[in-house]
Amino acid sequence: MSASTSERLGARTTAFVALSRAILNGFLRDRSSVFFSVIFPLMFLVLFGGVFSNQGQSRVDMIQVGDVALLETMDAETREDFEATFEVTESDDLDAALEEVRAGDADVAIVMDDGVLVAHYTLTDQTKAATTAGALRAFVDGANVGALAEESGADPPFAVRFSSVEDESLEVIQFVTPGLLGWAVAMSAAFGAAATLQGWRQSKLLRRLQLAPVSTRTVVAARIVVTVGIALVQMAIFVGLGVVAFGLELSGAWWMAVPLLVVGTLCFMSLGLLAGAVTKTQEGAVNAANFLVLPMAFLSGSFFPLDGAPGWLQAISLAMPLRHLNDGMIDVMVRGEGPASALLPMGILALFAVVVTLISARLFRWDST
Amino acid sequence: MAAIEVRDLVMTYGDLRAVDEVSLDVGEGEFVGVVGPNGAGKTTLLEMIEGLRKPDSGSARVLGEPVWPRNPRLLPRIGVQLQASSFFERLTAREQIRTFAALYGVPAGHADEWLSRVGLDEKADARVEDLSGGQAQRLSIACALVHDPEVLFLDEPTAALDPQARRNLWDLLSGLNESGRTVVLTTHYMDEAEALCDRVAIMDAGRILQFDTPTALVRGLDAPVRIVVAPGQLGRDEVARLPHVLDAEESEDGTVLTTREPGAVIGHLAEHDLLDGVQLRTGTLEDVFLAVTGRDYRA
Ligand SMILES: Nc1ncnc2c1ncn2[C@@H]1O[C@H](COP(=O)(O)OP(=O)(O)OP(=O)(O)O)[C@@H](O)[C@H]1O
Ligand SMILES: [Mg+2]
Repeated sequence: MSASTSERLGARTTAFVALSRAILNGFLRDRSSVFFSVIFPLMFLVLFGGVFSNQGQSRVDMIQVGDVALLETMDAETREDFEATFEVTESDDLDAALEEVRAGDADVAIVMDDGVLVAHYTLTDQTKAATTAGALRAFVDGANVGALAEESGADPPFAVRFSSVEDESLEVIQFVTPGLLGWAVAMSAAFGAAATLQGWRQSKLLRRLQLAPVSTRTVVAARIVVTVGIALVQMAIFVGLGVVAFGLELSGAWWMAVPLLVVGTLCFMSLGLLAGAVTKTQEGAVNAANFLVLPMAFLSGSFFPLDGAPGWLQAISLAMPLRHLNDGMIDVMVRGEGPASALLPMGILALFAVVVTLISARLFRWDST
Repeated sequence: MAAIEVRDLVMTYGDLRAVDEVSLDVGEGEFVGVVGPNGAGKTTLLEMIEGLRKPDSGSARVLGEPVWPRNPRLLPRIGVQLQASSFFERLTAREQIRTFAALYGVPAGHADEWLSRVGLDEKADARVEDLSGGQAQRLSIACALVHDPEVLFLDEPTAALDPQARRNLWDLLSGLNESGRTVVLTTHYMDEAEALCDRVAIMDAGRILQFDTPTALVRGLDAPVRIVVAPGQLGRDEVARLPHVLDAEESEDGTVLTTREPGAVIGHLAEHDLLDGVQLRTGTLEDVFLAVTGRDYRA
């Protein structure tokens, strides 16, 4: 390397470091951006991870009025299964029990009427009603079969045994950590780019930098490096807190989340640039970034899984980069997919970043007027 | 070689010709001022010469280099203070100037010296948002000078400064100019232009109406001189006997005589021993401005 080349490289490095430091300080001293990119998403993590995950699937509240043969004749094992589904309280007053069911304080009241088990329930919550009816019927059938078998002395022709396996859907914390992290990174990348572009344009700093011997590339690189650094810190905080406080379990290829986040950051910075390019004020830019990211977070499953969402919604969400970031993050961080599973999302995010950057570059102006 | 060569620069905003075929040469080491009312086109002209705006037509060269498109060879050799202060958000004054210094490869220690030179030592740790208007302006000037540029462009550098800070800046700029730097500034203060500049360009409505030394501008004005004689010294009939007096009127300061032959009038006053407390009022740049733009400067 010739002396002048290395000198130029040195000068560029000095400029790059100085710019990065200036941008980082500007970020760290802006309480609202620190709040919105780190604290605010963390509050969601604590909320989802800490509060909701403790509730588990709620059981069906059942009031047993008087003696109910079905319950009395159950063996210990069956009784355990039964209580996994029903939370039984006993009562002697049928009218009071019905009133409770009507008011929604209990889900079902059972009473024996002439050897027939009568279940009183409402249809307000249809899912619960169906669960209740189905489960009750199953237990009654089971008891009948048992009784018949005992009478005839023969084994029943069919038997069933349930054994639970780890199901495809994830524990709350497993799901929300990657999703909220994706949202947090998307938000801070988009806001950072939008606010910097607008703020610098309005303060004429963009103009002033144009007159300094520093290339656009160096300025952009500094902004990217700072934003990516912030994203990695966000990841460290999220994953650290998830593992330590909420029992988050990372799966094998979780480290692929790092390159995934880097590409995701670039993608959302480009959206921020777009927001900064089409707006005239800093507030406008931040609002536009918000307008892009927040609905996207809902539609991309950052806050709740899309598994149950209708097909058209799923289709829309596939057009959103955040959906692919979330999918990729969940796959590698908690679902235990191999490292290669992050490649497709990364490719899609990169494509988004390139296209949106090209659009923003076309709309770019040095001045606010 | 001329430090700045400007040929037929034109900039239009819609129907408005903000800069209208301006040509101008500035020699190396020259100190040039551009004066003109608000909206005259001073900032637009300067920004085209700095290479910040693409002119609609015409060309500008600085230190022999074309300024447009953005010329990286030229940038380290020029220093620019824009009319609006432009800073990195939420940095302190010291961080600010050090960042700019680093962009030009200037060490931090040198940057700190510049803070002292513009009297901002005490404010070094204050964020730019917390500086007063004048302090921010001084910081902005220091940021323009930190890399010791050969050609300096300052857009209303003294606009927000108190009289003391203004004087200090005058000294600073004169010093830089004496060490061979070329300086171009815009100002609304005629006394400033007169005190600092080798040549002054008077600009209005996008055109440069006059461009010459302050002395030549005033002389060219060919304005009558006013001589003020202390009150009560001159009777009405004495005034009538004075030669070459075009007009005479009484004011609080005394009798104001207007003449185009100040020498003859003064000689006459001396003969009659009336020179005590006599004041001579010649034309100023302000008069020149008034004459060429056809309007009162401060109006
Ligand atoms: N970006 C712009 N778009 C439209 N018009 C503009 C723009 N910038 C300047 N102008 C107009 O061009 C004219 C010259 O503006 P300029 O800023 O050069 O004046 P100036 O002499 O620097 O004034 P001042 O003394 O107030 O700084 C003004 O009439 C202004 O309104
Ligand atoms: Mg101006």
